[in-house]
Amino acid sequence: MATITEDITTPAYDGPFRRPTETQKGIVSWLTTVDHKRIGILYGCTSLMFFLIGGSEALLIRLQLAHPNGHVLSAEQYNQIFTMHGITMIFLVVMPLGAAFFNYLIPLMIGARDVAFPRLNAFSYWTFLFGGLFIYSSFFLGGAPQCGWFCYAPLSTMGLPTTIGTLFYALGLQITGVASLVASVNFVTTIINMRAPGMSFFKMPMFVWMSLVVNFLLLFAMPVIAVALFELLFDTAFGTNFFNPAQGGDPVLWQHMFWLFGHPEVYILILPAMGIVSEVLPTFSRKPLFGYTFVAFSGVAIGFMGWGVWAHHMFAVGLGPIANSAFAISTMFIAVPTGVKIFNWLGTMWGGKLRFSTPMLFSIGFITMFTIGGLSGVTHSIVPSDYQQTDTYYIVAHFHYVLFGGAIFGLMSGIYYWYPKVTGKLLNEKLGKSHFWIMLIGFNVTFAPFHILGLQGMARRYYRYPAHEGFDFWNMVSTIGAFIIAFSILIFLINIVWTHLKEQPCGDDPWDARTIEWSIPNPTPHYNYLEIPVVHERDDWWHKKYTEDEQGNLVPALAGASEEATAHDEHAEPHMPRPSYWPLVAAAALPLFGYGVIIQWVFGAVGAVVLLVGIYGWAMEPVE
Amino acid sequence: MKPRARLVAALACLGLLAVGCAKQAPLSTLHPEGPIARTEYGLWNVVFILAVVVFVLVEGAIVFAIFRFRRRKGDDSAPKQTHGNTRLEITWTIVPAILLATLTFPTVTTIFSLARAPKGAMQIQVQAQQWWWKYTYPKQKGITKQFTNANELHIPVGRPIRLALNSADVIHSYWVPALAGKQDVVPSRTNHLNIEAPHPGTYLGTCVEFCGLSHANMRLRVIAQTPSDFAKWAAGQAQNLHMPTSALGQKGMKTFLAQQCVGCHTIRGTAAAGNVGPDLTHVASRETFAGGIFDFNTRNLRKWLTDAPAEKPGSKMPAGVATMGLSKGDIQALIAFLEGLH
Repeated sequence: MATITEDITTPAYDGPFRRPTETQKGIVSWLTTVDHKRIGILYGCTSLMFFLIGGSEALLIRLQLAHPNGHVLSAEQYNQIFTMHGITMIFLVVMPLGAAFFNYLIPLMIGARDVAFPRLNAFSYWTFLFGGLFIYSSFFLGGAPQCGWFCYAPLSTMGLPTTIGTLFYALGLQITGVASLVASVNFVTTIINMRAPGMSFFKMPMFVWMSLVVNFLLLFAMPVIAVALFELLFDTAFGTNFFNPAQGGDPVLWQHMFWLFGHPEVYILILPAMGIVSEVLPTFSRKPLFGYTFVAFSGVAIGFMGWGVWAHHMFAVGLGPIANSAFAISTMFIAVPTGVKIFNWLGTMWGGKLRFSTPMLFSIGFITMFTIGGLSGVTHSIVPSDYQQTDTYYIVAHFHYVLFGGAIFGLMSGIYYWYPKVTGKLLNEKLGKSHFWIMLIGFNVTFAPFHILGLQGMARRYYRYPAHEGFDFWNMVSTIGAFIIAFSILIFLINIVWTHLKEQPCGDDPWDARTIEWSIPNPTPHYNYLEIPVVHERDDWWHKKYTEDEQGNLVPALAGASEEATAHDEHAEPHMPRPSYWPLVAAAALPLFGYGVIIQWVFGAVGAVVLLVGIYGWAMEPVE
Repeated sequence: MKPRARLVAALACLGLLAVGCAKQAPLSTLHPEGPIARTEYGLWNVVFILAVVVFVLVEGAIVFAIFRFRRRKGDDSAPKQTHGNTRLEITWTIVPAILLATLTFPTVTTIFSLARAPKGAMQIQVQAQQWWWKYTYPKQKGITKQFTNANELHIPVGRPIRLALNSADVIHSYWVPALAGKQDVVPSRTNHLNIEAPHPGTYLGTCVEFCGLSHANMRLRVIAQTPSDFAKWAAGQAQNLHMPTSALGQKGMKTFLAQQCVGCHTIRGTAAAGNVGPDLTHVASRETFAGGIFDFNTRNLRKWLTDAPAEKPGSKMPAGVATMGLSKGDIQALIAFLEGLH
């Protein structure tokens, strides 16, 4: 906790639950870390690994569909691969990549030394990792999920060659859901309680605002999907009839519960990127965020309205004209706060002095691509027109523009922007810019044709399509585009290695940034702030460096004002919480429960013991 | 060529390319034929044009800002600091809201009008199952005796058709883009879909809700006929089978009735009364078979009877040679029998 300042000369406790001491070096220090920055790095690296896996699955899909009647994959393999691509990108890439930013940045941006519950934070990460590995172990244990990422019942419970994949889906997402739920409690608590003195809600960086909205959404959305997943699990494993129409169950109930979670989930995926863009644009425009309160409140409005639009995923289900009309209207109007955000970003750039460094390029890429995805989203709300487009590639185009053109571009922007905060070095700009341009081109070559394919009637989730129906050409184009994207990702990876080997440290404030995390050294010291800062302004760090005269012109602040904040005294390092073994142990129990259901109850029994030990260790271990 | 002219030319080529492909796209949503599909297409046009206008304005403003407000080399001065503008905020909240509000009226009225049962509509029941469609034509005006058919829906032109859809297993979705938007087919519920074809022709359709292994192989077509052609067809479908006349055909019939075929298929007028696969009484009157993925011809029938699951993953029809133990001669005879079932 940020305020622990106990006497560090207390003799170390030596009992069975004693804590590890090494916090900086070696594998054990990573396994036992409770430092929000290291956990953030773990989240980031893990989700990038999953990104490569999910991307490889995408390439397999595109290879299969490059030609009519493709033979790269069998029908069952194709169904597994597209299902795993969706699950991976949503639950194991974009969500945890957002969590990586929450972890690393929220404490820094609010002037705290860690999150509210550091050990719980470690537990979140390990749970996420084990959940992801659990889902992927399905490939070796009877077959990966093949029900699609929304896993509609009763197909998922009884209509597939094997339902073992559905079990992995239900249990695996339950586990990663625990990670998200626990993390959301942690971040909400952290943001509400641990802001530095003076940082009122309306002085928080916009990224923290958006994080707050996302974590509230997680807090309320994860229980919904948890219930749904348990019902799906019970139907599949134990023969209950929640969704079994033959016994009076209702398959549409699953869809309602899934999308009641699933639509807030869409905002869970996109709002972190919106927060990042709201930080990057002001820095590189050298102007404050235009309409700060409107951007914040439109984020909150999206958070609330996001709960009232779920059935637009179900316009063709047959809910009746009244429900369809209501959800059409709510869907149309959720475009309003989203538009407000886009206009305010434009207002931020307007009249600025734009520097097109890589983070800025990715942020502008985000706005331009997200606008396309947003507009195609509005077309879905016109229900009669959506009767034609739903479940075609037009929808696939839409959500890739939102989640790739939107979320991934935004998150990439954040990676380039805060990379020096983590490593002390700037990623190479030349490689970064080629990464951006190639990815932008590859992205559009891949996904723009999906609009045309969808309008031409190509249905989703076809493992093959016949020749002579007008699908050949654009599918080939799209496959070429997918490999262009893959090439851009390769450049990104090369950039990381190159930067590690060749680049020089970049100093503490390489972008002339605005928010207080740039007032401390790069890379961030493990205690973050030597002294908890006192915040006076929105964009406090900027106002330490510059002041505005009455006409809105910028004048440098008194010399020395900024140095004062970075003054560093080696002798008074704050005392930070010790690492702990127990979050890792407790998290390891969860996949064992999963295997207990799927393989053998013995695994579950072992899991129960491990969980008990983990929780006892957690509770009994000393502060030191 | 000036850059702008070049851009226009490039866009025109791209447009032509798109249209050119669409011409050969029988499932295209951009070539509506029936009145319902036309109504939906009309709304699409409105929202599409609106979206394009907004797209051009917003992206244009972004591109303008990128060029106009880029930092010039050597310019380290700071821009004027603006924090917001309440009047602007209210404008760009209210204008899009009004724009969207105008869209709600045609949207909602169309939702309701499409859901209404049209007067004088022909009723046809559609049952979806993995991975084919079963149609039941109940006795009504124009149909003197109830009969069933598979995958190919015959309808009379100019008369609204009301489909009552349900599913025997998982969720499917019924879609004939040229005639109407899709309707999910949900087990335990009866959903309705109106379609209407203005002139005779064949309209392709397909299942568009992921329904398992052979989701891609669950296709369909609607064959619209003049009322008199339709009446003739319906009368033919209502009859029992045409007995085979050739010796080979008769052998095929014997084989069919002796094999497990009868457990799954119905052929009216014989002992075959199975309910798992399609009714084959008039299978040779269809253009396609096996969920509409094969043209009905000897070559395809041989492939299918030899090893159905290899052609259609997950097919409930067992492999003819490997599982049912059919000989080459059996298959030859079965083909002759099936090809006689007009």
